[in-house]
Amino acid sequence: MSFLDVLYFIVPSAIFYAAPLILVAIGGVFSEKSGVVNIGLEGLMVIGAFVGILFNLLFADTFGGATPWLALVAAMLAALLLSLLHAVASISFRADQVVSGVAINLLAAALSIYLVKSIFGKGQTDFITERFSRYNVPFLSDIPVIGPLFFKSVYNTSFFAIAVAFVAWFVIYKTPFGLRLRAVGEHPMAADTMGINVTRMRYVAVMISGALAGVGGAIYSQTITNDFGHATINGQGFMALAAMIFGKWHPLGAMGAALFFGFAQSLSIVGSRIPYISEIPNVFLLILPYVLTIIALAGFIGRANAPLANGKPYIKGQR
Amino acid sequence: MSNRATNILVPVISVILGLLVGAVIMLVSGYDPLEGYAALWNGIFGDLYTIGETVRQITPYLLAGLAVAFAFRSGLFNIGVEGQLIVGWFAAAYVGVAVELPKIIHLPLAILAAAVAGALWGFVPGLLKAKFHVHEVIVTIMMNYIALHVSNALIRTVSDGGDRTENIFASASLRSDFLEELTDFSRLHYGIIIALAMVGVMWFILEKTTLGFELKAVGFNQNASQYAGMNVNKNIILAMVISGAFAGLAGAMEALGTFEYVSSKGGFTGIGFDGIAVALLGLNTPLGVVFGATLFGSLKYGALNMPNAAGIPIEIVEIVIAVIIFFVASGYIIRLLLLRAAAKKKEAK
Repeated sequence: MSFLDVLYFIVPSAIFYAAPLILVAIGGVFSEKSGVVNIGLEGLMVIGAFVGILFNLLFADTFGGATPWLALVAAMLAALLLSLLHAVASISFRADQVVSGVAINLLAAALSIYLVKSIFGKGQTDFITERFSRYNVPFLSDIPVIGPLFFKSVYNTSFFAIAVAFVAWFVIYKTPFGLRLRAVGEHPMAADTMGINVTRMRYVAVMISGALAGVGGAIYSQTITNDFGHATINGQGFMALAAMIFGKWHPLGAMGAALFFGFAQSLSIVGSRIPYISEIPNVFLLILPYVLTIIALAGFIGRANAPLANGKPYIKGQR
Repeated sequence: MSNRATNILVPVISVILGLLVGAVIMLVSGYDPLEGYAALWNGIFGDLYTIGETVRQITPYLLAGLAVAFAFRSGLFNIGVEGQLIVGWFAAAYVGVAVELPKIIHLPLAILAAAVAGALWGFVPGLLKAKFHVHEVIVTIMMNYIALHVSNALIRTVSDGGDRTENIFASASLRSDFLEELTDFSRLHYGIIIALAMVGVMWFILEKTTLGFELKAVGFNQNASQYAGMNVNKNIILAMVISGAFAGLAGAMEALGTFEYVSSKGGFTGIGFDGIAVALLGLNTPLGVVFGATLFGSLKYGALNMPNAAGIPIEIVEIVIAVIIFFVASGYIIRLLLLRAAAKKKEAK
């Protein structure tokens, strides 16, 4: 296998695994930029994955080929609703945001399996029949090297995820909304003094994170696993959280980190068919993203600063 | 209303609200909540055997709860109990399988191995927090996944590619004929004594030693502690190490008591995460942890009876637990409502 063959093999697979991570990590960026820590991303992703599969199974006959896309919308709404719980707890009820996030994770995992068992009478859903289809992008896939790497047998969802990252960058850094969002996360009291409604900004940010995490989860379940069970989203949300930190709370950084984690994940899965890599014990590839995150956090890859007010409830009038 | 009273009322109200939400969910999804909770009750207290099994289930929750609570008291949030428990489970089982020694040496050695493994897993986030100011929450989450994959790989190596190790030698087992006979041959083992002893140990460390005083001081205010001449970094690391050791012991309970082997896992055991709930509910005190662990251990074991007796998926109990955590975390709003209620009462008088 030549080096180029290896690339042809691994790059598309890396992008494939990265797409959900990108969306969820960007969701995390929105929430944390506003000052709300969202450990609950994992749970939001679980609900997205579950609702995506459920919608797909229920409506595949009605909507045919459009089903997976509509399922994304359903998943988005469901996760948005769940994220409201986190918002209410951590913004209005001044809960410890990490604890609230842990509760969201436990709740999502339990609720989704409870519903699966109630609806399907077993711990796993059926496999979906309507899937996102892979296709070759016309013309672009004929470009030598670049074509097979990025445009051959790809999912639309991957392009969608990358597009969202750029839109998020634009929104956060180039619009008044983004400026307010960042102000609220850095210094809520100053923002409040300037007439920004801190509570409302934070609610919106958490809801955006819920929506994106839901879509990410539904893309994951509808492209990678094609069914839903308790092990479907096994740590993907935490991986996205890691990507967000690794990417220094910047949308494009998060995208880059997510692509890298996608690469690491796909290595552990397709690595056995690639020379040299197949000789590395699988466990090292499996733990690679987590170890790298810890190393990155320890500051060996440049300092990353979380938004200043991250994790602190804003209490009006308190200095 | 006194502060102490509200402190105790918040968890109690949270539990009631959790059970109520659970009932509503059962009702909405077409099950009979009364039947469901009756099945739960029987699953916990039905007969001597179930009582024995319930107490067995409480054992690791006691230790996981202590681990989270201990870290909390020093101002640290140890989400890594799950991972520390997994490495402790493996270490204890490995020592139990690898050598055969007289019981008086073998059993303590296996238990110690679990504590050391857990402590090591807690040391990493502690060190990073102390030296690089890295938030322990993210590091411990990452360490959980590393623990899961590493222990799975080690199990495969130890068992020559198999999914589980051999059973441990009897000389490393916590098994107790006495407790088994007492409870109609449940799997209740001596671990419960160790767990309760550790409750005492935590109380002793926190209340009776200088170390405990310093740990609590650091938990209250790092800057003040630093100014008072305490070594904050050392205390952070120590707190995580001790917390990890408790978590490792929880793994030893599974390795040497309940299962007597370790198998590779597709996902987390959940005991470590439930430990967070246990600690929160117990207000991070040793005695509180006993109550929290009793509640969650009972709920978890009793839930196993729900599918058979009432046809309700066991996950309903996990939903209840999640809701309880949610309300405990939102204690501010409950306190506020309690205060308002109290004020109204005063006015009425």
